[in-house]
Amino acid sequence: MGKFIKRLFSGTIGVTIFSIVIAFIMGGAILLLAGYNPVQVYMVMIEGVFGKPKNMAWSVIKATPLIITGLSVAFAFRTGLFNIGAEGQFIVGSTVAALFGYYLHLPPLIHIPLVFVGGAFAGGCWGSIAGYLKARFGIHEVISTIMLNWIALYGHNYVVGMPGFARRTNISCDIQDSACITLFKNWKFSEVGRTWFGAHPILRDIFKTPLNSGFLVAVLLVILVWYILNRTTLGYRLRAVGFNKDAAEFGGINVKKSIVLSMFIAGMLGGAAGALQVMGVARNISTLAAMEGYGFDGIAIALIGNNSAFGCLFAGLLFGALKFGGARIQSPPVRAPMEIINIMIGTIVFFIAIPRLIRMIIRWREKRKGDGDA
Amino acid sequence: MIRKTGVLLLAVMLLAPFAGPAFAKDMKAAMVTDVGGINDQSFNQSAWAGMERVRDELGIEVVYMESNQEADYAPNLETLYDQENDLIWGIGFMMGDKVREAAEINPEQKYACIDMFYQDPPKNLVGVNFKEQECAFLVGYIAGKMSKVNKVGFVGGMDFDVIHRFHYGFMAGVKTANPECEVLVQYAGAFDDVTKGKSIANQMYQKGADIVFHAAGFTGTGVIEAAKENNRYAIGVDMDQNFLAPDNVITSAVKRVDNGIFNVTRDLKEGKFAGGGNVVYGLAEGGVDIAPTSDKHVPKAILDEVALLKKDVISGKVKVPANKTEYEEVFK
Repeated sequence: MGKFIKRLFSGTIGVTIFSIVIAFIMGGAILLLAGYNPVQVYMVMIEGVFGKPKNMAWSVIKATPLIITGLSVAFAFRTGLFNIGAEGQFIVGSTVAALFGYYLHLPPLIHIPLVFVGGAFAGGCWGSIAGYLKARFGIHEVISTIMLNWIALYGHNYVVGMPGFARRTNISCDIQDSACITLFKNWKFSEVGRTWFGAHPILRDIFKTPLNSGFLVAVLLVILVWYILNRTTLGYRLRAVGFNKDAAEFGGINVKKSIVLSMFIAGMLGGAAGALQVMGVARNISTLAAMEGYGFDGIAIALIGNNSAFGCLFAGLLFGALKFGGARIQSPPVRAPMEIINIMIGTIVFFIAIPRLIRMIIRWREKRKGDGDA
Repeated sequence: MIRKTGVLLLAVMLLAPFAGPAFAKDMKAAMVTDVGGINDQSFNQSAWAGMERVRDELGIEVVYMESNQEADYAPNLETLYDQENDLIWGIGFMMGDKVREAAEINPEQKYACIDMFYQDPPKNLVGVNFKEQECAFLVGYIAGKMSKVNKVGFVGGMDFDVIHRFHYGFMAGVKTANPECEVLVQYAGAFDDVTKGKSIANQMYQKGADIVFHAAGFTGTGVIEAAKENNRYAIGVDMDQNFLAPDNVITSAVKRVDNGIFNVTRDLKEGKFAGGGNVVYGLAEGGVDIAPTSDKHVPKAILDEVALLKKDVISGKVKVPANKTEYEEVFK
């Protein structure tokens, strides 16, 4: 029996599937405790996600930014850094994307990439501040990124309220159409578009959602991150620093430069997520009363995805589906309050992550012991 | 208290399906809260109270969906659309554009949005607004009459038109009661910053003001705390906030979001949906008022004057300014 469990836990995919099953059982137990029928709830959720093509579209839309913030956290983690700052990088990316999107007037072919790169670059700079502080002064990136998150939040709120940029109180102007990546954005509201969609109800349903090309970009980024980490010298160097700083330095790698660079890349990913959210879904930015949680969800996604690029893709999709499907439980026939839904989602994530977390801690302790012996 | 109500609500919701056939299932209404959530002690909670009245008095099935973040507004509106509600409410102007978008793409579905004044909306959409200046005017009058030092304060949440209506209505009320009375004004820049509300109010009390009125949502609970600690008076907003500090909150400028919800939904049931326009509720329509507990602290003589003033506002004899320009026309 012990051997069986050990073998099961040694395979990554096996562990993941096993823990997902356990997680949903535990989530069901929570629902049962709260007085809801878990079978009914899960049926509503499954129906909510897969019942109609448009619901699947919504889940993918919800998942897109999460996949990328997950990538950001995973990338940093693979290089030995804990990026709690994906949230702030997301915010900075969305702010800059909204500014570029509104103030620049360019043809879409130039505008879209420019806004995207602008947002990603801003996020990258934001991340590299934490990287620099760590490399130069040894300030732990967990502390600095948490602080930078708040600076980003209030900076964002300031930008939203700038005269000339605020359309109404608390809401900025919309980005130009040329920076928008929502599919058929104007056409679906036009007279022709409405008549055409009237005749094609299924397509009408799908394109009623802010379906956008952001998901394709997310998939491309997943492939890119996988390639950088596993198939390039750069990735090798960054990972070497993550494995063992001293050994890496001894091997001739510039550790300080690597830390800044890897925070820059992680930040770029966070910023890219924010930029895509503005370009594809929100189209404007508004005053934030609190953190929205895209970056924090990214931490959970990186954990579930085992810090691998493709893992993040699937974990992000799972999360997006849970979020969209979960919200539907509020309405009849279940009528569960949002708190119960969040507890359920939290339980599911917790039980998916826990075997991985334990293994990570064991590995970390073994490494420590190894360091001590040396 | 809130928890208890929550549990009760939960129990009711759980039992509701069993008590089912009592309601005719012919009509359904739904609302989407903003990120404040359903138990925010002000705006959303008041809206849901209105929905509960709709359920109890009109027999319409009601449901709400909470939003965790702004990106939830659109999918929540869409989910409620899927469930074939007769009317979908958006609560709060932050959602205004999303509600309009939904209304444009689903022309057969009816929508309404609180605190949003639409520029020629489609036929299936109505904006619901309140004349906040009128209730602020009445509480301003009370403040002007009751201030012993001729100095009162106003704390605003954020700098925009809804809060301006509170601001200038209050100023006009104070000056009508007592032209000598000075009004200290400061905006907190947030609806959720209790500490800031408290420090602003503390400063005002230190400068000598003896009554402070807030129109600042959750920030305002800090104002009321400050009043408690300094043993001065405060005036609440949106709901009757006397329960927060029974000895210090002398009155509240009550905004009946619940009445707005109830009236528009009832009109829909009676086939009089005001789509394609905006409705505005003031004193005359019961959309705004002063708190019923005002008689605890405010002398009867002043309340009688307020009652007369109320009549004059309703009849149009007294025009209450809603913004700076209108205010300066009358009081400069």
